[in-house]
Amino acid sequence: MAILLFADHDNASLSEHSARALSAALQIGAEVDILIAGQGAAPAAEAAAALTGVRRVLLAEDGSLSERLAEPTAALIVQLAGDYDTIVAPATSSGKNVLPRVAALLDVMQLSEVTEVVAPDTFKRPIYAGNAIEVVQSAEAVRVVTVRSASFSPAATGSAAAPIVAIQPATVPALSSFRQNLLSANDRPDLSSARIVVSGGRALGSKERFEATINPLADKLGAAVGASRAAVDAGYAANDFQVGQTGKVVAPDLYIACGISGAIQHLAGMKDSRIIVAINSDGEAPIFQVADYGIVGDIFDIVPEMERAL
Amino acid sequence: MKILVPVKRVVDHNVKIRMKADGTGVDLANAKMSMNPFDEIAVEQAVRMKEAGEASEVVVISVGPAQAQEVLRTALAMGADRAILVQAEGRVEPLAVAKILQRVAQSEEAGMVILGKQAIDDDCNQTGQMLAALLGWGQATFASKVEMSGGSALVTREIDGGLQQIELSLPAVITADLRLNEPRYASLPNIMKAKKKPLVQQTPEDLGIDVAPRLNVLRVEEPAARASGIRVGSVAELLDKLKTEAAVI
Ligand SMILES: Cc1cc2nc3c(=O)[nH]c(=O)nc-3n(C[C@H](O)[C@H](O)[C@H](O)COP(=O)(O)OP(=O)(O)OC[C@H]3O[C@@H](n4cnc5c(N)ncnc54)[C@H](O)[C@@H]3O)c2cc1C
Ligand SMILES: Cc1cc2nc3c(=O)[nH]c(=O)nc-3n(C[C@H](O)[C@H](O)[C@H](O)COP(=O)(O)OP(=O)(O)OC[C@H]3O[C@@H](n4cnc5c(N)ncnc54)[C@H](O)[C@@H]3O)c2cc1C
Repeated sequence: MAILLFADHDNASLSEHSARALSAALQIGAEVDILIAGQGAAPAAEAAAALTGVRRVLLAEDGSLSERLAEPTAALIVQLAGDYDTIVAPATSSGKNVLPRVAALLDVMQLSEVTEVVAPDTFKRPIYAGNAIEVVQSAEAVRVVTVRSASFSPAATGSAAAPIVAIQPATVPALSSFRQNLLSANDRPDLSSARIVVSGGRALGSKERFEATINPLADKLGAAVGASRAAVDAGYAANDFQVGQTGKVVAPDLYIACGISGAIQHLAGMKDSRIIVAINSDGEAPIFQVADYGIVGDIFDIVPEMERAL
Repeated sequence: MKILVPVKRVVDHNVKIRMKADGTGVDLANAKMSMNPFDEIAVEQAVRMKEAGEASEVVVISVGPAQAQEVLRTALAMGADRAILVQAEGRVEPLAVAKILQRVAQSEEAGMVILGKQAIDDDCNQTGQMLAALLGWGQATFASKVEMSGGSALVTREIDGGLQQIELSLPAVITADLRLNEPRYASLPNIMKAKKKPLVQQTPEDLGIDVAPRLNVLRVEEPAARASGIRVGSVAELLDKLKTEAAVI
């Protein structure tokens, strides 16, 4: 049977996580439909239809779906579930919010944050902050799976667009309502999909020093900015900058950790990066154990020097 | 309003875990166990709501082995009123935990359930959402702020692009993110008092819930190790390596 991919998007555009999750879905099976739930979401649906390997795009539009609140969105997916044996979503904040609700409504267990498709019913997923990899098999009638997008490359955009089919969502009682989004505005690449990430830790000492030290290097490299939990908790960076077990998982080509000690919870979010650079004044800091290139010294000297030398 | 807070006993977040030699799982024998850090945040939130007069009683519940009583006592010392242990050995998956919690939330007539957003051992990030679905309640996951107003709660959620505010009709399920609050340390007198607070024991069978796992863990593997790196002596050397050897800039 077929696979339904619940896409991550903001109505106006499709996020790259969806194209990455599509690669995972196509490893599970060949017939993949993408669900775009939203309002005014035709642009996202068109972007989804252009991806290579998509059978159809299902476009469900309703005011209640504009922000993909969990209750109406899960109800919609359950309404469609009969035609599919696998339901996939990228493990973004939206996928993580909605899919377990779908799984419970279908009375099946979910497989969270899979990093590898071993067989259509068997997956690898990290546990204990990535310190162990579980190989799990699901015999459930419907497999509900969230995908760690950093582990899959994005599906290509093809020449022939897949058909877009409009779906009428059933009305469900509203249990929650959207008030507002307070999104961090910046012109840098998206942290989860950036090719280069420059991250700062507690050592930055203040929001002002974080921005004055990390941002110029990031801008010179065209990089996204990340942070440790300690830096976010202290208010040096916004919550959506947090990299780690309980923040974002990233795997860029280059990750530069500035004044970050390398706690297991932080490593869980970045240790699959291709090249890791660590800058730390303590030569014994655990971050050096995962770094390809380590430099012992003061970030307030080294980071600006890098920026000037580039 | 009664608040139910599920708390899970997990390996302490400072422990570096080891694999069992036979690849069947993680060796937790003798490992230090603690309350899941997100659940401490959930307990703190519920206790603060009681202190603010927004909740009448805080009931904590754990599904796990007999030793899970320790994390329940910790929650009682933080200010919860009473505890329930649903004793289950071995692997209990989020769906089964959610079914147990559903029964208890219904029999206790809870007006709100506050859970951690994820447990730091299995990292499933499912239980709260599943519970909300089974109860037919609204959900607010990854909460960093909860404000009560009459029959609803205004919740600020941590999402990928920043923050989102939603209004939630009660009863409802909320899952706690890191920045919801900073949990208190229990004082010695409160730890003593907690020993006398009620703790009842039940089994999944008492509640009529089958906890047999649905997923089959075939094996547990060691993650791929990274090749060891090098130390560089200067910024010039670092940039040269990044350009020529790694070819990333
Ligand atoms: C449930 C839970 C979840 C968590 N989730 C996450 C998560 O998702 N992400 C995350 O990052 N953490 C997470 N943590 C926190 C984690 O355990 C660490 O506390 C945190 O990562 C430490 O941040 P840090 O490295 O910035 O700070 P520290 O550990 O304080 O390290 C600061 C480093 O800066 C160095 N330094 C100081 N001054 C200078 C200088 N001038 N120049 C160069 N180096 C300097 C020091 O040598 C030190 O190594 C979590 C913890 C728990 C309990
Ligand atoms: C002895 C023992 C052995 C185990 N062996 C394995 C194993 O080999 N492999 C494996 O995958 N898992 C194992 N588990 C863990 C068990 O499978 C987990 O309880 C289940 O998978 C829940 O996943 P999670 O905690 O990641 O859920 P999440 O959805 O991440 O948890 C979110 C929140 O739900 C609540 N919650 C979750 N579980 C409980 C609970 N039990 N009681 C109260 N509240 C809870 C908490 O508030 C928590 O913060 C074992 C557990 C025990 C006790």
